[in-house]
Amino acid sequence: MNDFQFHRPTSLAEAFDLLAAHGDDARLMAGGTALVNQMKQRLAQPGHVIGLDGLRKAPGLAALAAIDPAADYHGALRIGALCTHRQVETSLVVQRQIPLLAQAYRQVATPRIRHMATVGGGLAHGDPNQDPPPALMALGASVVLASAGGQRTLPVDQLFVDYFETALRPGEILTSILVPPPPPNAGTAFIKFLPRTADDYATISVAVVVTPGRANLCQEVRIALGSVGMTPVHATQAEARLRGQPLTEDHIRACAAAVADEVDPLDDYRGSASYKREMAQVLTRRALNQALAVAGKPQGQR
Amino acid sequence: MGSNHIMAVSDMNQPVRLRVNGADHHLDIPARRLLVDCLRYDLGLTGTKEGCSVGVCGACTVLVNGQMAASCITLAVAVDGAEITTIEGLAQDGRLHPVQQAFIDYGGFQCGICTPGQVMAAKALLDINPHPTEAEVREWMMGNLCRCTGYYKILESVVNALGSKQGATARLGESD
Repeated sequence: MNDFQFHRPTSLAEAFDLLAAHGDDARLMAGGTALVNQMKQRLAQPGHVIGLDGLRKAPGLAALAAIDPAADYHGALRIGALCTHRQVETSLVVQRQIPLLAQAYRQVATPRIRHMATVGGGLAHGDPNQDPPPALMALGASVVLASAGGQRTLPVDQLFVDYFETALRPGEILTSILVPPPPPNAGTAFIKFLPRTADDYATISVAVVVTPGRANLCQEVRIALGSVGMTPVHATQAEARLRGQPLTEDHIRACAAAVADEVDPLDDYRGSASYKREMAQVLTRRALNQALAVAGKPQGQR
Repeated sequence: MGSNHIMAVSDMNQPVRLRVNGADHHLDIPARRLLVDCLRYDLGLTGTKEGCSVGVCGACTVLVNGQMAASCITLAVAVDGAEITTIEGLAQDGRLHPVQQAFIDYGGFQCGICTPGQVMAAKALLDINPHPTEAEVREWMMGNLCRCTGYYKILESVVNALGSKQGATARLGESD
């Protein structure tokens, strides 16, 4: 690992100042599970590391590590960026209102890593193989990006722009995510396909939220996939194949088949690109069926 | 790992205060010093082992403010001010911690390299859940690898560490 200077800001203003002062030579760190590994492999060699962990206990910043209702955001949950994966996974509010999210966070790596890794750090890392992004995309979640000049809200759909590259601008810090609970009658499912070991990255992951309407027509559906290319993918074309259509096996099959045109998987030791493209369809179909099997039951009692 | 402790003096050194197993340490170390190296080389606490070096295998597990952490991907400077517990801090007044005793009683180790990490992970679980089921132990400990593959004995040790609820020795397969 290269030499660097470690900073521990005690306010967001101080963190913004440090980012402004050190520019490209600075990296933000929360739990450190991603950045320290990158630095050990010399994939990242920052001259300055800005540790955000201390902000948890800074005056007025408790929300950074809390899960609360977001008063101004239609019943959504606001999850502070410094919440650990474990916090999300074990939160009773999340389990009750958005079980899909608890499921996705629970599948990341091991309990030890989930105690360390944070929600904000995981998203800012921009790894296309992470489990939470597809779940957040399927739920229609947004991220709050703060900077010295104010803050903006961005759909998670637009956060990932390329391989390990996000839409965060220089000087911005991801401070929270806003996650709307799915409609009461919606069914949700998250499938992480893990042919190797339980703590591995997904070979393919799929998250779906599907809302049946009158006469068994599909009122709304959202499908997102991980480990299918340079970024997680929101499969909007596949969704369009099912929205408004009868929720029959034929239509579900056609919808899942359409996913093939929206993914661009990479060959690696978890499988060839063509295998993954095939599995993306299979798992999308299974996820839709799983979600429909629980649709109509109260969230969190499934 | 080896290169981190060579540079004893650097203009990049930073002050770090750690409370390890109840004792305060004031260190002046490079920001890049990993917690596992700090414990082993700066403090001489070699009970904590380094295995995979990427946070996967669990050998380097220590408790940071009571929660398990992978010390091989933790910067010592990032846990400045924290309370650290290592395997050396478990025995009290010459008496082994119940988890350590259970590992002896139930043969929970073979070569021993993964054992300190296994014991620390088990302690972290028992601190919040004194009578875990076998399934809970399996899930919690999934990130602690044993290359001797002595998993059954490890499970049995942890399940029995604080005595089973029935007051009798719990056997695997009976707690689900």
